[in-house]
Amino acid sequence: MQTKNTKTFYLIPYYVWIILFVIAPIGLIAYYSFFDLSGNFTLDNYFNFFTSVYLKLTLSSFWYAFLITFFTLVIAYPTAYLLTKTRHKQLWLLLIIIPSWINLLLKTYAFIGIFGLYGPVNAFLNVFGIGETQILFTDFSFVFVAVYIFIPFMILPIFNSLDKLNPSLVDASRDLGASSWTTFSKVILPLTINGVKAGIQAVFIPSLSLFMITRLIAGNKVITLGTAIEQQFLVTQNWGMGSTIAVFLIIFMVIIMIITGQRDKGATSIGKNK
Amino acid sequence: MEKTSKSAKLYLALVFIVLYTPILYLIFYSFNSGGNMSNFESFTLEHYAAVFSDTRLIMILLNTVIVALLSALIATIIGVFGSIGIVFMRNKSLRRSILSLNNVLIVSPDVVIGASFLILFTAIGVKLGFASVLISHIAFSIPIVVLMVLPKLQDMNSTLIDAAADLGATRRDILTRVIIPFVKPGIFAGFFMALTYSLDDFAVTFFVTGNGFSTLSVEIYSMARTGITLTINALSGIIFIVTLLLVVGYYFVSLRGKNPVGMGVRK
Amino acid sequence: MKDITRTAIGIIAVCIVLFGINKYLSQNSGNAGSDTVTIFNWGEYIDPDLITQFEEESGYRVVYETFDSNEAMMTKIEQGGTSYDIAVPSEYAIEKMKENDLLLEIDHSKIPNLSNIDPYFLDLAFDPKNKYSVPYFWGTVGVVFNPSLLDGQTFESWETLWDPSLKGKVLLVDGAREIIGMGLNSLGYSLNSTDEKELLEATAKLKKLTPNVKAIIGDEVTQLMVNEEAAVAVTFSGQAADMMWENESLDYAVPLEGSNLWFDNMVIPKTAANVEGAHEFINFMLGAEVAAQNTDYVGYSIPNAAAVELLDEEVTSDERFYPPVAARDHLEVYKNLGLEMLGKYNELFLEFKMSGN
Repeated sequence: MQTKNTKTFYLIPYYVWIILFVIAPIGLIAYYSFFDLSGNFTLDNYFNFFTSVYLKLTLSSFWYAFLITFFTLVIAYPTAYLLTKTRHKQLWLLLIIIPSWINLLLKTYAFIGIFGLYGPVNAFLNVFGIGETQILFTDFSFVFVAVYIFIPFMILPIFNSLDKLNPSLVDASRDLGASSWTTFSKVILPLTINGVKAGIQAVFIPSLSLFMITRLIAGNKVITLGTAIEQQFLVTQNWGMGSTIAVFLIIFMVIIMIITGQRDKGATSIGKNK
Repeated sequence: MEKTSKSAKLYLALVFIVLYTPILYLIFYSFNSGGNMSNFESFTLEHYAAVFSDTRLIMILLNTVIVALLSALIATIIGVFGSIGIVFMRNKSLRRSILSLNNVLIVSPDVVIGASFLILFTAIGVKLGFASVLISHIAFSIPIVVLMVLPKLQDMNSTLIDAAADLGATRRDILTRVIIPFVKPGIFAGFFMALTYSLDDFAVTFFVTGNGFSTLSVEIYSMARTGITLTINALSGIIFIVTLLLVVGYYFVSLRGKNPVGMGVRK
Repeated sequence: MKDITRTAIGIIAVCIVLFGINKYLSQNSGNAGSDTVTIFNWGEYIDPDLITQFEEESGYRVVYETFDSNEAMMTKIEQGGTSYDIAVPSEYAIEKMKENDLLLEIDHSKIPNLSNIDPYFLDLAFDPKNKYSVPYFWGTVGVVFNPSLLDGQTFESWETLWDPSLKGKVLLVDGAREIIGMGLNSLGYSLNSTDEKELLEATAKLKKLTPNVKAIIGDEVTQLMVNEEAAVAVTFSGQAADMMWENESLDYAVPLEGSNLWFDNMVIPKTAANVEGAHEFINFMLGAEVAAQNTDYVGYSIPNAAAVELLDEEVTSDERFYPPVAARDHLEVYKNLGLEMLGKYNELFLEFKMSGN
């Protein structure tokens, strides 16, 4: 690709966006993180972050984000795979997305009813002789609803990468006597790894800052970094501390990006060819 | 390829059942004369009547749809060009930093985004209302578009472009005839995800809206203190059915025109 | 490429059509073009018929916007960019807004209906002489309980919540002031305490409540209590009234050691564009019949004595929601403790929440 000028022309809106809506807010957050409640310059917020409460919060946030991503992936991959095998695959894919267009708060209220002591799930369990079980306000219900929310974000990129997978490659692998597992791990998975990575990024990172369902579904028994920031900004109105946690969240995100992007060779080869 | 087996069908059915259960639950109670989501008393259509008699609610709904469609469209355009730019970037570390910047908005909690956008808009003097909401929605939808389009671009075979170039295609041709068609599924995926982000957002919209402009999410969240009325359930029911009919209808119409929606398949 | 262009054009066309419908609707509703009064209130916190009535009587067009928390509302007003003529904050928020110079003084000569308000609710500590605010609704913090799920416990005392037989049955409202305040009250301290020792003692006491706590939640408490998911909930009287309306077996009590008395109030933010219209609206809402109709719709306790006369005897004689003056002695209004102290309350509350896992 020889000239640069025409290309950068297309990129202007994107760079404007990065400067105005990414770099400017980051700058603002970084700036606020150095001030205490009375507006004095301080590093206390950063020291505070390393006190036990916030470290514990960070660890539990990561643990839950990991659980959520793991289960989302485990459920989404086969779903995406099977969807590519259906006849009206684009239609089915759309039908996966449509539920996410209904307001989340309403769906959460529905989940409160569904998981309730007298809700359909408990009624169903009763049929099998399992008595009333407390499902709401447990780790299980939290992870379940989070997975529910994120599933389309995982299915889409995986579906897209699976869909263009050349079936003859799979056939070839089979013909050469590879077992289903070998075919999957040596052929299918490596060829769809970019989709999986995109899915993980679209799920793991936002999981760290989930906030509403920590209260509604987990009854504040799970607290994430997002909840803490929310509290600092809205309730305590300590924007300094809130910003500090946000700074750490961004740092964590960059680290995750580096980890999931390790083997990413991009399409640099295209550029290098010329 | 073998036909989808029974267990595969069962698995898919299960996924769909779980995805749709909460929505059916909401719709079920929209027919409840009891006025809440717990005790079903008797069948009524009063909540549906209430939706159509509430002009304010309908205007809010229209606002919500307009903002969602426009912001998703614009975010998709900007995001697609952005990701093409990222992919062709030669400098690896620059590419990585741009990608990290791209994802900042995905990881930032909504309150932080909302508050910082509010500060930004008041600083540069944008009047709060339709424009500020639209701009914000575009802003927080761009990264998800990039995230959906990028893997497709990375999978693109460089020989494709070389071949096109060798055959004398102009840069414009390469873009519109080679690159865009190839990443089309990613583009549609990005568009639909942007739509989802926009329809669901409460916190950012709340901070940047004003002068009488409101969206459905803001309205629903602020109802929580005194209790969400079943009118909202009825409205969601209508939205759901209409969307479903539109999507299925559009799909089959375009299928008959032998031009299916390019969500997953590259033609 | 072609189908992408076509889809894009289709979307733009749809938007234009919707935009047209929207314009048409907004022209047909209310008196377009005339002066507007913009109201910033909680969702579902006013009878919409009254807005229409006000529009007809005054000739103003009402723009109604909603918020979901005092803090979010304040941030919005503080940043400017939009002008609200009326806002409805809780009393502690009013103190903060006064401090930050966000409010306009109310001209009492333009609000003759102010005389309808029960003098008990006027001239309170958070706003002496009602310079900036007029009460809208009021209430208490207390315990909603379901006798059919309990073995005869009543809640004359906060202490009952610690009863071991209530294991996993108690819901708490997600508010630092409310819950730490409850801890303080249960020990006989003031819920406005700033004494480090008292606060730590209250937190230690609260941590012992953890086994009984089923969840710490917000507005969803209504749905859960109505569904009989939990036996006991610490929450606001307004929500209690909502729940009891839907599930008649529920009861409400304010423990005698003390509790919170709260007010939601109408104020005129500094950024108001139509101060005249704001006064007219406040006066309109204080009218006896209007206030009574609004109470019927919202279901909270009204501080309007003239309206109380008009309301159903059954409602206003209910001492749980309209406690007699003598019974209000042990109630305290939240004082603005300053951001530093509020931070402390929140920190302790977070500590209490995390003690569960």
